[in-house]
Amino acid sequence: MAKVAFPHVGNYSVPVKYLLSHILDCEIMDAPKISTKTAELGSRYSPDFVCTPFKYTLGTYIECLDKKADVLIQLGGGCRYGYYYELQEKILKDLDYDFEYINLVTMGKTDIKKIVKQFEKIDKNFNKIKALYYLFITIKMVKYMDKIDDYIRENIGFEVQKGEFKKLKKKMLLDFSNTKGYFDLYKKYRYYKKQFKKIKIKDGKKLKVGIIGELYTVMEPFANYELEYELANYGISIKRYTNAHYLLFEKRRKVKKYLRSCKEYIKYRMGADAADNIGRCKYLCTHNYDGIIHIKSSFCTPEIGAMPILNKICNDYNVPIIYFSFDTNTSKVGMKTRCEAFYDMIEMRKKL
Amino acid sequence: MKIGIPRSLYFYYYGDLWLKVFKKLNIEVKVSPKTNKEIMDLGINKSNDEMCLSLKNYIGHVCYLKDCDYILVPRIDNFKTCNQTCTNFLATYDIINNLVDNKIINYNIDLNKGEDELKGFYKIGNILKIKKKQMKKAYLESIKELKEERLISIKDNLKKLDSDKLKILIVGHPYNTYDELIGKPIIDYLNDNGIQVIYSNLFDSEEANQASRELSKDLYFKYNKENIGSIILSQDKIDGIIFISSFPCGPDSLVNELVIRKIDLPYLNIIIDDQSSDTGLITRLESFIDILEAKNGKSSISPCR
Repeated sequence: MAKVAFPHVGNYSVPVKYLLSHILDCEIMDAPKISTKTAELGSRYSPDFVCTPFKYTLGTYIECLDKKADVLIQLGGGCRYGYYYELQEKILKDLDYDFEYINLVTMGKTDIKKIVKQFEKIDKNFNKIKALYYLFITIKMVKYMDKIDDYIRENIGFEVQKGEFKKLKKKMLLDFSNTKGYFDLYKKYRYYKKQFKKIKIKDGKKLKVGIIGELYTVMEPFANYELEYELANYGISIKRYTNAHYLLFEKRRKVKKYLRSCKEYIKYRMGADAADNIGRCKYLCTHNYDGIIHIKSSFCTPEIGAMPILNKICNDYNVPIIYFSFDTNTSKVGMKTRCEAFYDMIEMRKKL
Repeated sequence: MKIGIPRSLYFYYYGDLWLKVFKKLNIEVKVSPKTNKEIMDLGINKSNDEMCLSLKNYIGHVCYLKDCDYILVPRIDNFKTCNQTCTNFLATYDIINNLVDNKIINYNIDLNKGEDELKGFYKIGNILKIKKKQMKKAYLESIKELKEERLISIKDNLKKLDSDKLKILIVGHPYNTYDELIGKPIIDYLNDNGIQVIYSNLFDSEEANQASRELSKDLYFKYNKENIGSIILSQDKIDGIIFISSFPCGPDSLVNELVIRKIDLPYLNIIIDDQSSDTGLITRLESFIDILEAKNGKSSISPCR
C-alpha cells in the first residue's frame, strides 16, 4: 500500500487528509510538524537564494521520505512557486530517494487528466465521481474553517479566560476530520460557530491591525514565528485576507476589484499576490485601521516589487506599516522586539 | 520633446528597435550612458534593499534621466502560455511610476490577452501624437532590418563554436552579460586571455526554446528557456559554461541549480551583488580557465587528478 505525504500549510492538512483518505485506498501520512530540524534539512539541500517556502517544503519531504513515504504531492503558483517541483524532484532523486511525485498545478494550469492518471496508478479502484463528491465536501470544509478562523483572529486577543479559543479550535479540527457527509459537516459548522460566539470577550477599545503579505508565510504559523499569536497577546484584533478559500476561488474575481480600487497607484497585476496586497493596503488605510503588518519570506520577488508602492500609500494616508522578512534563521527575539515597538507606537497614536 | 531610454533591462531586448523607430519618426531620444558607479549608487539609494541588482541598476538609470520629458518603461507579461517573464518585469512600470515624477510612456506585451508589440507602439503613437499609419510603417521597417542584423550576429556567434581556442558559453540574461558593471568585467577578462566567448542570447530563440525541453520540461520562464536551450544546442562543442546571475534573481536561483545538476560540463556559477570587488572574481575566473586548459592539455600545469 502506498504512503502519501504532503507538506503543511497552517491547519489545511485536516481537509487535505480528509479528502485523500476518502478517495485513495492508501495510507495518508501525517507529515511531521515543521520544526527547526525541518528548516535546517531543507536549507542544507536548497539553492543559495531561493525563497523560504522552498526550504520548508523540501525539509518536510525529506522527513516524510525518511519515514518511508512513496507519493509526494505539491501545488504550484503564479511566481516561481510554480517551478518548485521540478527542482525539488531532482534534488530528492539525487539524494537517492525513490518516490512518485504528483504536481497538481503545472505551468499555472491544472491538468486534470494527468492527475487522474497518476491517482489511478496509485490506486486501481480510483473513482472519479466519488472523488468529486469528497472534493466538494473538502472545499466546503476549507470555507467553514476559514470563516471560523477569521472570527478567532478578530477576537482571540480579548478572551476573558486565556486559551479557550485555542482549545475549542483543536476540538473543532478533530471533529471536522471525522466528518461523515456534507450535512454532518454543516451541522458541525453551525454548532461550533455558536460555541465560538459563546466565548466571553472583553469589551473596550480595540486596536485593529491588518496583516498582508506573501501567502505561505502568512498562512503557516511556523514560517512567521506565530506572529498572529504574538499580536493577540498584546490585545490586537487582526484582519487577514489570504486564506486557502481566497486563493482557490475568490482571487480571480477580486483582483480586478482591487486593481480598480487603487488605480492611482498601480495599473497592472504584478505577479502572485502583489496587486492584491496593494489593494488591501489601501482598503485598510481608508477604513480606520491602526496599522499594517506586511510579512513575506526573504527574496519573494513579487512582494519586494510591491513594497515601494505600499510605502507610498501608507505615506499618503499616514498609516504606520512594518515589514517583516522571514528566513529560516531569523531569530524570534528580534521579531518580538520589533513587534513590541510597533504595538507601543500604534497605541500611542491611538491615545493622541 | 525628449524621450529617455534607460540602458538596462528592456534595453538589451528592445533597445535597437526603439532607437530605430524613433529615429525614423524624428523624435529626440536620450539613452542613459553605460552603467557607472554613480548610476548604480543612485539606484541602490532609491530602491528597496532586497530587490535584485539588475532592477536596482534599472532604477538608477531611470533616475539619471530625470530631465527628460518622457521615460519609456514597457511592461512585458508573457509571450503566449509557458513563456512568462520574471515577476520583476511585470512590476517595473508600477514601481517606476511611484518612484519618479516624470511622465512615463508605457506599453504592455501580453500575448495571452492579444496585446502585442505593434499595439504597444500604437499606444506610444497616441501619446506622442503620431499617426497610426506612420507608426506602423516605421515599426515594420525597423523589425525587418533588425531581423537581418540579428541573423548576422547569430551567425557570428555560432561561427565561434568552430574555433580552436578554448570556448566558454556565457549563460546569463543580456541585461547582466552586457552591462558595464555587472557582466563586462568578466567578458573583458575572458577576451584578454584569448578565450572565445559565446553568448547564450545569440542563438535562434525558437530553436533554443524547443531545445530547452531536454533539460526541463515544465519551465515557463521564456528568457531562462532560451538560456538553457543554448546549452543543449552547443554542449558538444564548448569547453565550459559560466553562469552569470545577479543577486537574488528569482528564476535563475531555481533554473541554474537544476541545470547544474543535470549537465556534464565544467561550470562556474557567478552571482554578482552590489558589493562584489573584481579581485575575488578574477581569481575564480583564472582558476576556472586553468582547469579548462589543463583538461584540454593546452597548459603546462598538469591536472590535479
